Formats: sequence, C-alpha cells, structure tokens
Amino acid sequence: MMTKTLLVGTRKGLLVFEKSPSQGSWKVANDGFLGIPVCMVYVDEREDQWWVALDHGHWGMKLHRSVNRGQSWDEVEAPKYPEGTLIKEDVPASLHYIWAFAHGGKEYPGKLYIGTEPGGLFEMNGDGFILNESLWNQPSRTDQWFGGGRDYPGIHSIVVDPQNSDHIYVGISCAGVFETADRGANWQVRNDGLRADFLPDPHAEVGHDPHLLLASPTNPKVMWQQNHCGIFRSINGGARWQEVSDTDGPANFGFALAVDDQDENRAWVAPAVSDVTRVAVDQALCICRTDDAGQSWLTFREGLPQEHCYDIVYRHGLVASGNDVIFGTTTGNLFASENAGESWSPISHHLAMVYCLCFA
Amino acid sequence: MASVHFTYALRRFYPDLKTINVKANTVLEVVDQLDESYPGIKDYIVDERGVLREHVNIFVNNQRIKDRVKLADVVEADEEVYIMQALSGG
Repeated sequence: MMTKTLLVGTRKGLLVFEKSPSQGSWKVANDGFLGIPVCMVYVDEREDQWWVALDHGHWGMKLHRSVNRGQSWDEVEAPKYPEGTLIKEDVPASLHYIWAFAHGGKEYPGKLYIGTEPGGLFEMNGDGFILNESLWNQPSRTDQWFGGGRDYPGIHSIVVDPQNSDHIYVGISCAGVFETADRGANWQVRNDGLRADFLPDPHAEVGHDPHLLLASPTNPKVMWQQNHCGIFRSINGGARWQEVSDTDGPANFGFALAVDDQDENRAWVAPAVSDVTRVAVDQALCICRTDDAGQSWLTFREGLPQEHCYDIVYRHGLVASGNDVIFGTTTGNLFASENAGESWSPISHHLAMVYCLCFA
Repeated sequence: MASVHFTYALRRFYPDLKTINVKANTVLEVVDQLDESYPGIKDYIVDERGVLREHVNIFVNNQRIKDRVKLADVVEADEEVYIMQALSGG
C-alpha cells in the first residue's frame, strides 16, 4: 500500500496531509500560504502538477503551481478578462473568484481549464489563459445567469469526458449545466429535468443552481449533481436529469458530492439545512451514501458530532477514493472514513474553515 | 522624481521591495513603472481593468487618491507616494 496524500485548502492556508501504511492515520506533512485563503486546490495527474487558487483579501486572486509536490511553488499569472468584456451593460468584467480547475485530457498536454466568477471559462494553452468567448456570449448569460450566494455567476464545476477530451460540461451557479462536443466552440443547455424552486418558473431552461456537477469516471454518461433543490442524476450525459433526493431522510439539500471511482451507482453527499440557517441537519453531522443510483440512501453518523453541530461542507470539501472518504467543514473539522463512509474518525478538530480537498 | 513607499504586506510577495524613486506624472505612470522594476506587482495593486483593488489605498503625500478607476491623480516631482493595504478581514 502506498502513502496517500491529501491537499486541504483552508481560510488560513494550505495543508498537505499524508497517511503512510506504517502511520495508519493522517498527519500534516507540509503547509503553505499561511494566513491566505486557499479557495481551490487541484492535482493535474498527467504531470503530477499541483495548483492552488489564492483569494487574497487585498491583492486579488492569484494562482500558484508546484511541480515538486508542494516543496516549492511558483506564481502563474491568473486569468484576465479581455479588455472591453462586460458582465452586463456598464459593468466591466474582472476576475472575482476561481471556482474550478480541470485538465484538458491526455490528448492535449498542457491544456488546463479554469472556471471563474463572474462566469467565464478560461483555457490555458502554454503560457496564458484565454476566455472561452462562445460560452461567455451565450444569449442567456446577461439576463438569466445570476450569482448564488455571491455577486455574479460562477463556474464551479468542469467535467472533461475521460473518453473524449473535446467533450466538456460546466456547472454554473446560477445558470445550470452546459455541454460542448467540440471543445468549447458551441454549447448546449442541459437542464432538462432539473427544478429551480427559487424561480417563478421552476422548469425554466436556464437559471438552475447545480452546487456541484460530477461524472462517473468509468461511465461518464452517468452524471450526478448536488443541486440547490435536491440531488439529481442523469444516465444520458445530462440530456435528462432525474431527481434522486431522499424524501424521508436528510439527503436533499447540500453543497458537496463525491462519486465512486469504480461504481457509477455509488455516491456520497453531505446534507445541510437549506437557505435560512445553513447548519448541519438537526445540528447533527452525517454523510449519506447511495449504492443503488439514488433509489435509496444510507445515513452514517458513527464518529460524527450529533448535537450542537453547526458544520456544513462546502462544494469542494468532500472527496472519495476507493473506500477512503474525507470531508472538511466550515468550522474547521476534518473527518476521514476508511469504510466508504460508514464510520468516521477525526483528522483534526481545529483547522480554519475548510474550502476544498483533493487527493494527490 | 517621486518617491514610492510600500506597505510591509507586499514584501511577502516581493521580498526585495524597497522604497524607490520613479519619474512619473500620474499615479498610473507610477504603477506602470513599478511593474517594470517588480514584474507582476501591478496585478497586486490593480485588477485587469486597471482599477485600484478594493482594499488597497494609494496616497500622494497625505492625500488619498481620488481617481481609483483610471489612477489619473497627478504626482509632482519630489512628492511621496504610499501604497497601502486597507484594514480589513479577520
């Protein structure tokens, strides 16, 4: 068994945890960017490059890359909206936040996608980032996209089809899911079957809030999303979505989602109370798992706090790899499970707010 | 030549940063010249529109600049320019 590595982005910096076969538990192996919010972490496994997005309060969004597994970092010029780009009339576009990374597939070495607020998808080829104009110029963007919990819409999910790198999805809060079959030249809306209870027309074509969008690594036609209005699954690449929320249990509202790396029918969510209070359901922390494509949900609480608990899990704060499942919370707790979520042990109870996790 | 002083917070990213003299007529020209001496520092001070970042302040002598969008405030020779961070966060 190899040593496992986990990157943890927090409000006060980056932590690198390792678990070796001899240790048996996760230990901090390295840290960085002390005091700086690390809003996104990503591992480009093609070349084992690590990326972090830093949300400086004063100095703007910054990107850093490590080619030696975090021993040293170099700043890379962050995406810039081209001159003259407008969010809407009289509002010039500028980079507010970096929400997502995805590499461009094995056919395109060096290509990297970055999803941003206010709604731009950037593509890195070689040295610089280029805004995807086709998505930015979607007719719906100025009138039907809007911010969910932030000022402007954000691309928080990028799914590059592992079987066809020209085939890409993005998840946008709030707009919904968009698909391209030609590497971003043309985009189609893929919101059929979703529900947006916060709109006058819950079945509007655009304006949905997929908190996180993922595809099964082994069968990417099977897609999942933890949506503001429930949990949805598609078996045809987003052409049609079906709600799979648990009507009698907590698996409904939330932000985070993880899909099993082998089994397209298995997924985990981290339930929360919607809209008003934004705390753990009944102030008791749980993780829910389905093994049957969302037909039923199992609720796991062993090892998790069950009273006076205010933790929620942000959208990039839950990851799974085999039977290893880990999540970090808004109150700085980090929990790990070695049995696919059925019981939990704390890695730490005293981190800063956890924004994002990534296995490395 | 105007003299440009920096908040200590920027030294985290530019360890060699020190007070320097620049020949400039406006705050924008000051920032552009700084970027020549310290490549990339402009992106820390202004966004891609050239607008002063929300939590950054620039003073010319003791006056906070008025034009945060185009940085058109005039800088006279021998004036002192201060690039500061606003107090915020937690």
